[in-house]
Amino acid sequence: MAHTITDETIDYVAILAKLELSDAEREQAKKDMGRMLDYIDKLNELDTLSVEPMSHVFPVQNVFREDEVTNGDGSADTLKNAPEEKDSMFAVPRTFD
Amino acid sequence: MSKEYETVIGLEVHVELATKTKIFCGCSTAFGGSPNSHTCPVCTGMPGSLPVLNKKVLEYAVAVGLAANCRITRYCKFDRKNYFYPDNPQNYQISQLYLPICTDGWVEIETPEGQKKIGIHEIHMEEDAGKLIHDEWEDRTLVDYNRSGVPLIEIVSEPDMRSADEVISYLEKLRLIIQYLGASDCKLQEGSMRADVNLSVREKGETAFGTRTEMKNLNSFRAIARAIEGEKNRQIDLLESGEKVVQETRRWDDAKETSYPMRSKEDAQDYRYFPDPDLVPVSISDAFLEEIRAKQPELRTEKMKRYREEYDIPEYDIEIITGSKHMADIFEATVSLGAQPKKVSNWLMGETLRLLKEKEMDPEEIRFSPEHLAGLIALTEEKAVNSTVAKEVFGVMFEEDIDPQRYVEEKGLKTVSDEGALRRTVEEVIAANPQSVQDYRNGKEKAIGFLVGQTMKAMKGKADPGSVNRLLKELL
Ligand SMILES: [Zn+2]
Repeated sequence: MAHTITDETIDYVAILAKLELSDAEREQAKKDMGRMLDYIDKLNELDTLSVEPMSHVFPVQNVFREDEVTNGDGSADTLKNAPEEKDSMFAVPRTFD
Repeated sequence: MSKEYETVIGLEVHVELATKTKIFCGCSTAFGGSPNSHTCPVCTGMPGSLPVLNKKVLEYAVAVGLAANCRITRYCKFDRKNYFYPDNPQNYQISQLYLPICTDGWVEIETPEGQKKIGIHEIHMEEDAGKLIHDEWEDRTLVDYNRSGVPLIEIVSEPDMRSADEVISYLEKLRLIIQYLGASDCKLQEGSMRADVNLSVREKGETAFGTRTEMKNLNSFRAIARAIEGEKNRQIDLLESGEKVVQETRRWDDAKETSYPMRSKEDAQDYRYFPDPDLVPVSISDAFLEEIRAKQPELRTEKMKRYREEYDIPEYDIEIITGSKHMADIFEATVSLGAQPKKVSNWLMGETLRLLKEKEMDPEEIRFSPEHLAGLIALTEEKAVNSTVAKEVFGVMFEEDIDPQRYVEEKGLKTVSDEGALRRTVEEVIAANPQSVQDYRNGKEKAIGFLVGQTMKAMKGKADPGSVNRLLKELL
């Protein structure tokens, strides 16, 4: 394996992903990520200089909707996803900024 | 302070677009809905839901770009900006990083040194986040996603401004352009226009930029001016005492007139942008661009030019009236109903501005209709009411948009045009005030003023002062 993921990197990625990993999971994730980067290296061997970057898999563009209200009150369905609810709002641990 | 410093400022301005629906779904953008009533699987980021771009958003973004002299990106796309925060149910915000819709524009502002161009780096389309409310009782956060997915454009300027005054001029310019286009109402207090200030200082003559900070939470022009002053001084103090400015985002507390850093290092801003695979690219044809160009309304500079040519009103009036799209609309509509431009302008510049100031209102909040203003002007033209009564009626009209003609009729405020009745009253006043009559006849011109006043009082204000004067002179 050409790529070695350091503890620092895995900790940083865990912060970004809001994940808490056990020691065993951490070691496994380091290995998996290293393998992914190896694969990227493999892809990088291809000469893509003359290939347009692709941002979408289908050759489709300009799909629009008109500016017309089509949805009614969606609160009942939306709030089904709330771990806790108060006054029709999602109640979550205190945030600050 | 021994050294001379220069302040370098760039702005990121978010503007909420005036569409009826959100950027990627058919949910309403109306204010005042009960919490989470304007939500669906798309704007709450449910897996498997499919966002589709609101065409109106693209039209507004292109219209603003054209008005701000931008290059329009003919092939653009959307990217995901990844971050975790409860206001963002998808865990990413759909925005544009790689190919924003507009680039390389400018707007011109007035400065004491003359016209100055402020560069616009780019304008991109993106979605707004939900609203967080602090639950005081249980010390937690409540989230309402009604604003989640409301369309925004972010206008990123070049670091071309050097003072708070220039920043305010730039913002006012943007606000006018966008209001004239009808793309947004741009209310800072209500959050439909938000400005983040990027500021650094450097020694005068230096060409490299200093370390900048970003200031958020600026809800009024006054707060922006104070925040710029505060941050400039904070950075200069740091440099003067040999310390370094730290690149960070700071939150302005306008009540305390101070700012503090918002995010800690652990919350590094690493957004890991990548193209949104759910949204297809947008390709802008010549025909589409032409269509938008053809639909561009007259902007302020053109309007001012036309007013100078079409209406015989002072330059100052033109500046004030066109300074608000809403006021300019009222002016033109009233004139088109047959009122004399100068008369309309007088009502706007006089009583309207006075009442706006007295009630601390914005010109955009004017409620009276052009029909009613034209009606009131017609009443004064016909001398059906005198100026005192007209002002009184206008006051009511300003509050409640009443029909002045009907109001005057109902309240019996019409000037008494019956010459006989007026003559009788004048005769009575002359008979009842021998001293003033004597004074006038002895050459005290001023005494007539008292007699006019007495006549007006006897007529309950419903007389034409000109006619009263004429009759008095005749009978004396
Ligand atoms: Zn929705």
